[in-house]
Amino acid sequence: MSLAVLDHRDGAPEETNRQYVTLTVAGQLCGVPVLGVRDILAEQPITRIPLAPPEVAGSLNLRGRIVTAIDLRRRLRLPPAPAGSTSMSVVTEQGGELYALLVDQVSEVMGLRPGAIEPNPPTLPAAWAAFSAGICRLDATLLVVLDVERLLAVRTDGQAGLSRTAEAG
Amino acid sequence: MDDLLTDFLAETAESLAELDVALLRLERTPDDAETLSLIFRLVHTVKGTCGFLGLPRLERLTHAGENVLGRLRDGTLAASAEIVTLVLAVVDGVRLILAGLSATGAEPEGGDAALIAALDRVMAKPAAIAAAAAPPSRPAGTGPAGTQTIRVTVDVLDHLMTLVSELVLTRNQLLQLARTPQDSGFAVPLQRLSHITSDLQEGVMKTRMQPIGNAWSKLPRLVRDLARDLGKSIDLVMAGADTELDRQVLELIKDPLTHMVRNCADHGLEPPEERRAAGKPETGRITLHAFHEGGHILIEIADDGRGLDTERIRAKVLAQGLATEAELAAMTEARIQRYVLSAGFSTAAEVTSVSGRGVGMDVVKTNVERIGGTIDLTSTPGLGSRFTIKIPLTLAIVSALVVQAGTERFAIPQLSVVELVRARRPGESGTGSVIERIDDTPVLRLREHLLPLVNLADLLELDGAAAASIIVVAQVGASMVGIVVDRVFDTEEIVVKPVTPILRDITVFSGNTILGDGSVIMILDPNGIARATGIAAGSASRRDTAAVDAPCSAGSTAMLLFRAGGVQPLAVPLGLIARLEEIPRDSIETSAGPPVVQYRGRLMPLVSLSEGVDVSGSTQAVLVFADGEHRTGLMVDEIVDVVEDRAEIELSAARPGLLGTAVIGGRATDVIDTEFWLAKVSHTRPVMTTEARP
Repeated sequence: MSLAVLDHRDGAPEETNRQYVTLTVAGQLCGVPVLGVRDILAEQPITRIPLAPPEVAGSLNLRGRIVTAIDLRRRLRLPPAPAGSTSMSVVTEQGGELYALLVDQVSEVMGLRPGAIEPNPPTLPAAWAAFSAGICRLDATLLVVLDVERLLAVRTDGQAGLSRTAEAG
Repeated sequence: MDDLLTDFLAETAESLAELDVALLRLERTPDDAETLSLIFRLVHTVKGTCGFLGLPRLERLTHAGENVLGRLRDGTLAASAEIVTLVLAVVDGVRLILAGLSATGAEPEGGDAALIAALDRVMAKPAAIAAAAAPPSRPAGTGPAGTQTIRVTVDVLDHLMTLVSELVLTRNQLLQLARTPQDSGFAVPLQRLSHITSDLQEGVMKTRMQPIGNAWSKLPRLVRDLARDLGKSIDLVMAGADTELDRQVLELIKDPLTHMVRNCADHGLEPPEERRAAGKPETGRITLHAFHEGGHILIEIADDGRGLDTERIRAKVLAQGLATEAELAAMTEARIQRYVLSAGFSTAAEVTSVSGRGVGMDVVKTNVERIGGTIDLTSTPGLGSRFTIKIPLTLAIVSALVVQAGTERFAIPQLSVVELVRARRPGESGTGSVIERIDDTPVLRLREHLLPLVNLADLLELDGAAAASIIVVAQVGASMVGIVVDRVFDTEEIVVKPVTPILRDITVFSGNTILGDGSVIMILDPNGIARATGIAAGSASRRDTAAVDAPCSAGSTAMLLFRAGGVQPLAVPLGLIARLEEIPRDSIETSAGPPVVQYRGRLMPLVSLSEGVDVSGSTQAVLVFADGEHRTGLMVDEIVDVVEDRAEIELSAARPGLLGTAVIGGRATDVIDTEFWLAKVSHTRPVMTTEARP
């Protein structure tokens, strides 16, 4: 998917724009703040972690550091990726630990004016509303700004609740 | 806080620890001039510096203390227990003020008027000893300049350690890659890199090493105070204080050690009257002894007190319902005594301020086990008890066994692995036990006992589990558990990394790591596995399953069967073998002498058991024998099996190198004479060692 970088039509200086890494998950365009992103990785071998919450896809080796991979599709209660499709990861750091968000595709870095981000519409599905920090109207499509901190707050004890009620939501 | 103050706090904290020790020495030998001047100097330095930094309260206190010490040094006052107590109180006062300083950056409120007054009263006493006997004010010179040191924060060292660990992993990865192509130009520089990495690792590890004496420094004072409180006379003997171990381990055993010494003083040693009645010297003795043993540190805490009261423990076990009378009747004394290590267990008749609240030894045990250590105890009524703690040298790098269950690989710390057993599949011929089931619970007859089994693939809800038949027998506290896996790979040195916080609730893992091939792997925690399956601690009853001291019962011996230059299998007692290895054939080098292989950071000579050793495969099976530090490898064609048999040699050998022939597994088998083969290589003392510390 290719996107036109949103230019500053309103004449706002570029400095006030926030930079976002855009990514796609199940066809939906999303963005995460670029400052929190450490790395973008192509498909990696991932070690599965038994007994882990379903959102935890496993762990991978990033230059000698162990990174916990979070499956964004599962986290957002989306259907699993079709068999044979590749994934990419966006690596972020939190509390000294590295996490990789598994997504379908990472696109480009885009500047967004803070004013262009609107609050979530009340009808947004709960799974999205829980992790969305707002919606941005682009020319061709809508971009969901993801709240990385909340995405990473996976709880072991909540595993049953999150995955098994997914279909209902 | 400014740098000057920070430095002052760090230095003074060290001085205070030194002071405690010196003061206690002084109490024993009141006219030791050297100790006196050392004490005086230490207090004087503190006083001088705090005047400079503008700390009036501290200065007043140390000044009063220094005055008294000055008179002691001049010999106009004798160092009585009373005066030493006063000076110790000064040290405590200084500690209090320092604690306030480091917390807030300012001296805490309050005064030390009472203490200073007491010190002044001592000052006012007339000279007890003629000043003429004054010893030389200070020994000639203040000692050699000594080794030069600089102060480095622990953070820097920890960071270095992390980097070195990564380097070791990368090195291992490179070595594994370089193994495939026959001879690339990388081989030589890689070998060099490998050696340098090992040296670097050793060097950095050394910076983290601290003498165990650092953890003991508070104990003399503790024992002295305890002796006073309890009205006992106690002698603390410490041996091996310079035994070094990793800082991290040291921190973790500090509290357990303190607790155990306190226990010895309170419960272990009898009051003086009782000791006298028993014909023992009035002064009780607590002995601390630390030493290295095979990659571990052993710490013994012993007392010459009354020993554990088995009867009382038995009664308590019954009262708490930990075991039934019948079970107790079948237990050995030693096993009953181990109950003092279980949770909530205290036999102290009354709760004293020192101990006896029942939150004692189990906490010690938990702490020790948390760092991969074990604790054991022996006790003789009337003669005292001895606790032995066995802990690893370091936590940073451990040796682990890599196993597979389903499609996943896992690491199990080698420390907890007792042995590997291959169970016979039902219907399969051969020796060995089959896995049996009691209402779906798998168990294995291991020698004379039943070993509870946990199928790893089932426990971890893995799919694709085959009929696993390899059992990793792991020690979990006092009990044993068999972890059933599909495959066993090699052992590997791994760097343990904690798991991410969102996975901390999964107790079967103790961490994760990156293997030499770059893949991430989870480290299993046998304790967690046992807990998850209900083979909980507290059921010490399986202790004897270990039967460590008697691996084979009824006169039978475990024999290893192998082939070397013939179709007929040969045998060697399994107990003589340190390890079985499969080494890549291209790693065998010949350098003016017998073939050698780099093994665990050292060169291991290899002996061939027959002329016609099969050299076709890519790997070479080697039986590793260890004699102290020296290892020798015996090259064989194939390792066949381990069988248990009586193995009585019935025919003596016709040719050298064989002990004779025995009936093993129903077949006449030649038993080799290991002495003969190992004598073929003479070990010379290594001139230069670059052993990588595990």
